[in-house]
Amino acid sequence: MKLFKQSKSFWFFILLSLAAFGIIQALIITGMLNGFYVNTIIFVAINIILAVSLHLIIGITGQFSIGHAGFLAVGAYASAIITMKLQLPFAAAIIVAGLTAAFTGLLIGIPSLRLKGDYLAIATLGFGEIVRIVLLNVDYVGGASGMQVSHLTTWGWAFTCMLIAIIVIVNFTNSTHGRACISIREDETAADAMGINTTLYKVVAFAIGAFFAGIAGALYAHNFYIIQPSNFGFLKSFDILIFVVLGGLGSLSGSVIAAILLTIISTFLQEYPETRMIIYSLVLIVTMLYRPQGLMGTREITSLFKKRKAAEGGTQDDSKHTVA
Amino acid sequence: MTQSTPLLKVDNAGIRFGGLRAVADVNVELFQGELVGLIGPNGAGKTTFFNLLTGVYVPTEGSILLNGEKLHNLAPYRITRKGISRTFQNIRLFGELSVIDNVKVAYHSLAKHSILSSIFRLPSHFSGEKEMDEKAVAFLKIFGLDRYKDEKANNLPYGQQRRLEIARALAANPKLLLLDEPAAGMNPQETKELMNLIALIREKFDLTVLLIEHDMGLVMGVCERIYVLDHGQLIADGTPEEIRNNPKVIEAYLGEEVS
Repeated sequence: MKLFKQSKSFWFFILLSLAAFGIIQALIITGMLNGFYVNTIIFVAINIILAVSLHLIIGITGQFSIGHAGFLAVGAYASAIITMKLQLPFAAAIIVAGLTAAFTGLLIGIPSLRLKGDYLAIATLGFGEIVRIVLLNVDYVGGASGMQVSHLTTWGWAFTCMLIAIIVIVNFTNSTHGRACISIREDETAADAMGINTTLYKVVAFAIGAFFAGIAGALYAHNFYIIQPSNFGFLKSFDILIFVVLGGLGSLSGSVIAAILLTIISTFLQEYPETRMIIYSLVLIVTMLYRPQGLMGTREITSLFKKRKAAEGGTQDDSKHTVA
Repeated sequence: MTQSTPLLKVDNAGIRFGGLRAVADVNVELFQGELVGLIGPNGAGKTTFFNLLTGVYVPTEGSILLNGEKLHNLAPYRITRKGISRTFQNIRLFGELSVIDNVKVAYHSLAKHSILSSIFRLPSHFSGEKEMDEKAVAFLKIFGLDRYKDEKANNLPYGQQRRLEIARALAANPKLLLLDEPAAGMNPQETKELMNLIALIREKFDLTVLLIEHDMGLVMGVCERIYVLDHGQLIADGTPEEIRNNPKVIEAYLGEEVS
């Protein structure tokens, strides 16, 4: 019965998102959304992918990684090489971008995930900078002047990738494997003592997160006409980190909401270039002052509905308890 | 105690941290089904000894054998899978996880469904998760924790948290259970319930238990044998009666007599 319920909410989610997709697609086809808005919507989808992929690493597994832009860069350049240098289709570029980033994630994760807390943060920050500087110095990908990329990212691609990213990460989280990751976040020593191979799960979470960051990179690269190493500095990593922290560490829907809100805010603030960063920073400061646990805390949107039921059940249980 | 091979044999084990010998020359033998106490003044190295047994620290001297098999250099999670499970002095539950999920984490190493089957929601994922869920509910019933099953572990009252930690350790299906001060911070009523619980689980799970405890009433009441550690070394072992009258133990606890 429980399984049936799970799949029911799953199909509800799919239907809802397909409806949202259809509406936006219809608006694009009929020309009611101009290029600027379409671009913003695609950018929102890309940022959602980045937010949920980092959410898996930081929010679920508790590994404080701040080099996520590194994976984004790896994916962006890998996909650009596939489409521009090798003239292969965009679908192949997306897959290769994901796999290359995941492989990089393994390579970085295996040695650096032995570190904890601040030390891991510094190591991943270093990784992000290394990627940027390597790209800056490789002539094959254009060095500092960057690479010309054709515009291939459509709303359809962005939406499909976003949906897959969310489904994969939700499915992973809501399984024994996800619980293993959460147990590492909660108490690594205890997780180890309960027979969890902590190193394995940290690396797996890191690789899955990197995979989707790579896919986001492919979409990102083909949404602009040019990619440059300077797009992938540590400020980009912090942008992604802010989605996760502001949304609430451990809440996937929180990071999605934060990604949507912040992308829209920062896009519309582009009209006021002088005050843009000031207003953006103020939004962050005010949110953190009034909701230090993030927009959603550790809860999910779905739990808002469940919570009501649980509360009812809870009072029943309590009354039983007092009678007995 | 007439069996020939002990379940756990600790042979001259010890660990140095730089120049400090935190634990040295410890010889312990535990036989199947025993309930043994480990006592000693604060800082005697009891928890360090547990950490040696569970692989958190690697002994720099001597060896540790479980059923005749060397545990040296195995990662902690491998040692748990071989059959040593523990609780912690300061409770270490997965606070944000529900009570039932805490138990399910301990079942994780037995999970038959792979990461990919969970991501693609293959049938093996559903059957595996369902099996885990049913097992965990039945397990929580034994401990009387099933009515809290969807509660966050952090929100349980203190005594129930201790109980859950023991339940979680047992869910990992150990042959040897290490309890690190399970009665710490409990009132006499809770301590009594704990003693009953320990008796119950020993009977039910065919366990061997090694218990660190400061509550002498508890140790003397339930343990069949007691080891005494002081300054990282074993100074005595024997029945509770022998330990109670051992001059070395009295000295370690009360200090030397001024003569």
